[in-house]
Amino acid sequence: MCLAIPGKIIEIQAAENELFRVGSISFDGMLREVNLAAVPEAKVGDYVLVHVGMALNIIDEDEANKTLDYFRELDQMDNEPDNDDLTD
Amino acid sequence: MKYLDEYRDVAIVKRYLEKLHRITTRNWSIMEICGGQTHSLVKNGIVDLLPEKITMVHGPGCPVCVTPVELIDKAIQIAHRKDTVLCSFGDMIRVPGTSGSLLKAKAEGANVRVVYSPLDAVKFANQNPGKKVVFFAVGFETTAPVNALSLLQAEQLGLKNYFMLTSHVLVPPAMDALLQDKESKINGFLAAGHVCTVMGTKQYLPIVNKYKVPIVISGFEPVDLIQGLLKCVDQLERGESKLDNQYARVVNKEGNLEARRLIDEVFEVVDRSWRGIGVLVNSGLGIKEKYRHLDADNNYKSEFAGSVEDDGCMAGLILRGLRKPRQCQHFGKLCTPENPLGAPMVSSEGACAAYYNFSYV
Repeated sequence: MCLAIPGKIIEIQAAENELFRVGSISFDGMLREVNLAAVPEAKVGDYVLVHVGMALNIIDEDEANKTLDYFRELDQMDNEPDNDDLTD
Repeated sequence: MKYLDEYRDVAIVKRYLEKLHRITTRNWSIMEICGGQTHSLVKNGIVDLLPEKITMVHGPGCPVCVTPVELIDKAIQIAHRKDTVLCSFGDMIRVPGTSGSLLKAKAEGANVRVVYSPLDAVKFANQNPGKKVVFFAVGFETTAPVNALSLLQAEQLGLKNYFMLTSHVLVPPAMDALLQDKESKINGFLAAGHVCTVMGTKQYLPIVNKYKVPIVISGFEPVDLIQGLLKCVDQLERGESKLDNQYARVVNKEGNLEARRLIDEVFEVVDRSWRGIGVLVNSGLGIKEKYRHLDADNNYKSEFAGSVEDDGCMAGLILRGLRKPRQCQHFGKLCTPENPLGAPMVSSEGACAAYYNFSYV
């Protein structure tokens, strides 16, 4: 039920009312209309996390990269030298 | 697909797993809260690759599974009304009530319509002013903003024919109840990432402080889950209990303030009955007085009060993490996704369905 997937904003349609603000979101090429009421600062090109027709948040690219940089933290975790860092 | 593929990288998962095996020295039981996480762990075979000392306990984070049988019976009653169309998420329609499901009711001629979003139900109501449309709103905090939005949209459009049957539940009270359960042996949690996208991380601090249990907010892809486990096991091995956030690409401390504003406008915290668990104080959301005219509970009275659980199903024990699906005598025999005895076998987030579909029976 809490399934949510990332998609890219292709277009934002003009809306008279913020409750009805929608954008065209691409999920790997498949387009769907998604409500953007909860992400007023979202702009074309942003990736948003979409749950049952509503964007819940804008995906933070820096944080996304940090998650993949976790190997450095791991090395500190068990104090082992680690020479084959996959994030390079 | 960006933000999915890189978190499914087999090489990274293998590296993380090696680390996890190296740092695990003692027995730990770790609960993943969300049924979506359960499915990812089982579907991707992760549960079978973990160190033997780590036991994953599957949590109650399946809203379809914890929706009380009384509400399913009520939804079925509503769907049988000639003037009404009952709209529901697809998962919900196969969950057994006292006698049959919404799917069975549909086969008998009831007006049941599966929608992708409550916003689609509002559109349908707008296009069909001669019909009453009731949306069966189940879900955790993740789904609350969109359900709230649907009521606000209906209000804005001046619709007189859109109503909501609400069964909203909240995660922190359930975690509190699980930790108070004397049978429970949970050492740490992977908290539900998308719930926290809406609500933020800070509402878990009181639980960390009260029970001295590590909570790591985690995503849903294999890399996310194993990273969450590493962060949790690392704390346990060091004797620490902290709140950590593995899913920072969409989760921050305060959550999404706009989404929370929508929830606060429409809903208030109420006591809720959880299927298989019982009534938990302040564990759900109900529609505020201001919008009570849109509440299906207010507009449709129950015609009978004889809802009964199937006593062959041990869903309550499964949902509290006290039994695994394979420990049920009916699993894969009397109880299958085609003929479920209980909700965990139905839902795409139910633990029994995860084991049935992606693991050996």
